[in-house]
Amino acid sequence: MSPVRAYCTQVHAVTAAEVLKLVHDPMDLFSRAVQPILWLLLFGQVMARVRGLGTGSYLDFLAAGVLAQSVLFVSIFYGLSAIWERDLGSLHRYLVSPAPRSALVLGKAIASSVRAMSQGAVVYGCSALLGVKLSFLPLSLLGVASLIFIASALFSTFSLIIACIVRTRERFMGIGQFLTMPIFFASNAVYPIELMPRWLQVIAHVNPLTFLVDGLRGLMLANGRPHFPFVMDFGVPLVLFALFLVIASRLFSRLAE
Amino acid sequence: MPKHGDSNLRIAPVSGQDGHIPAVVSAERLGRQFGAINAVSSVSFEVSAAETFALIGPNGAGKSTLMKMLTTLLPPTSGTALVAGYDIKRQPGQVRRHIGYVPQLPSADTELTGAENLLLSARLYLIPPAERPSRIAEAVAMMELSDAINRSVHTYSGGMLRRLEIAQSMLHRPAVLFLDEPTIGLDPNGRLAVWQHVQQLKEEIGTAIVFTTHYMDEAEEIADRVALVNEGRLVAIGDVDELLGCYNVNSLDALFTSLTGAKLAQEAGPR
Repeated sequence: MSPVRAYCTQVHAVTAAEVLKLVHDPMDLFSRAVQPILWLLLFGQVMARVRGLGTGSYLDFLAAGVLAQSVLFVSIFYGLSAIWERDLGSLHRYLVSPAPRSALVLGKAIASSVRAMSQGAVVYGCSALLGVKLSFLPLSLLGVASLIFIASALFSTFSLIIACIVRTRERFMGIGQFLTMPIFFASNAVYPIELMPRWLQVIAHVNPLTFLVDGLRGLMLANGRPHFPFVMDFGVPLVLFALFLVIASRLFSRLAE
Repeated sequence: MPKHGDSNLRIAPVSGQDGHIPAVVSAERLGRQFGAINAVSSVSFEVSAAETFALIGPNGAGKSTLMKMLTTLLPPTSGTALVAGYDIKRQPGQVRRHIGYVPQLPSADTELTGAENLLLSARLYLIPPAERPSRIAEAVAMMELSDAINRSVHTYSGGMLRRLEIAQSMLHRPAVLFLDEPTIGLDPNGRLAVWQHVQQLKEEIGTAIVFTTHYMDEAEEIADRVALVNEGRLVAIGDVDELLGCYNVNSLDALFTSLTGAKLAQEAGPR
């Protein structure tokens, strides 16, 4: 077996096992669908009455933000499952196998992305029902799916890095909560960057969620135009993911110690 | 002959080791510190191919730490070891390719079926797709799991779970199988079944077995040789009969108590 094929087999092994778990117990997907629906139905409907936000149709503006938020929330706690597997013992099965650490991390990142795809379907369905002017062009859908995939892989790998450092569920929950809100509110998910104070605008411009939201907004909406070039919307999360993949692969063995 | 880095170590003569059987585990002054604590200090020993080798010792003696180092899960802070001919520090990937490991905690994924767990291992160990069905069928048959293999693992008994984990660990026919307290928490029937299957595995595949246990009767009956670890150091190693003769005791229990100072009555606490 060639090294590339061997690597892909091991990545696939990890992803397939994670996806099978989701197939056996899909309840998690349904429970996670509630949050984006509530954001669109409650927050979106109320905020749509506010004038002067400069967003045009607020629901159109919000749809991409809610999808990005769902991807973030689904993925950022992925490291918790690694700690859980460590405590249960099943992580050792992976760590004692000949699979390179990067194949294990990549396999888990892809599994997280598969999970996040369901959020895309939920937000698309709900947005369509609320009258958001969505684009259903094949290229747009492919672009949205790719962005969700990259972003979920990025946030889940970041989450694994935190898990490898803190190694306990209690610490992870604290740090996870501490990080999620700033990432979310220091982005263009629920309000335009132009409304932010200057210092927050600076943070928003280095926040990967901003690029995710921007790319989604440009691709999801029928008349969508991104604020940044698409190459940045895709490139920034992709480069960060590659960096985090290297870091997480180096730290992953710490979970066994 | 086993090497030793501890001047206090007493080694009983090793029977059945003709010097021609290659060592599959060769630990050389292996040590691990956690901060100021020496979990394992300068431990040296060898295990030959197709040998069954038991590591015994009190709780916290360093057995699991030793096992984790030999399986590359934990880097040693001093010394090194060759496992299946590969250095655990410099060639951890090669070591992992040639060993099987059943950790103390249940390692099979309880959210998957037995068959899915086996397929996961077959893929991780790069067993060619054409060989996977026959290897899995062989392991399932050997571990007598045919009736339960398509059931979710969370419905398995403790003994079945251990047998599944052993099946997962043997798919790639490892040179050494490490078992960390494989029978802990099992009833006598479960323990017997696990050891019968491990013995069969050893005979059919020729895998060396290294295991830790708190059950002295197991070590006495199953192991070709026993190493006693206490406070991170190897305090005795050798064939059971000759160890007993060497220390003038009539059981491993007595040897254990004599060498570790573990007074069972004291451990039981005040009544």
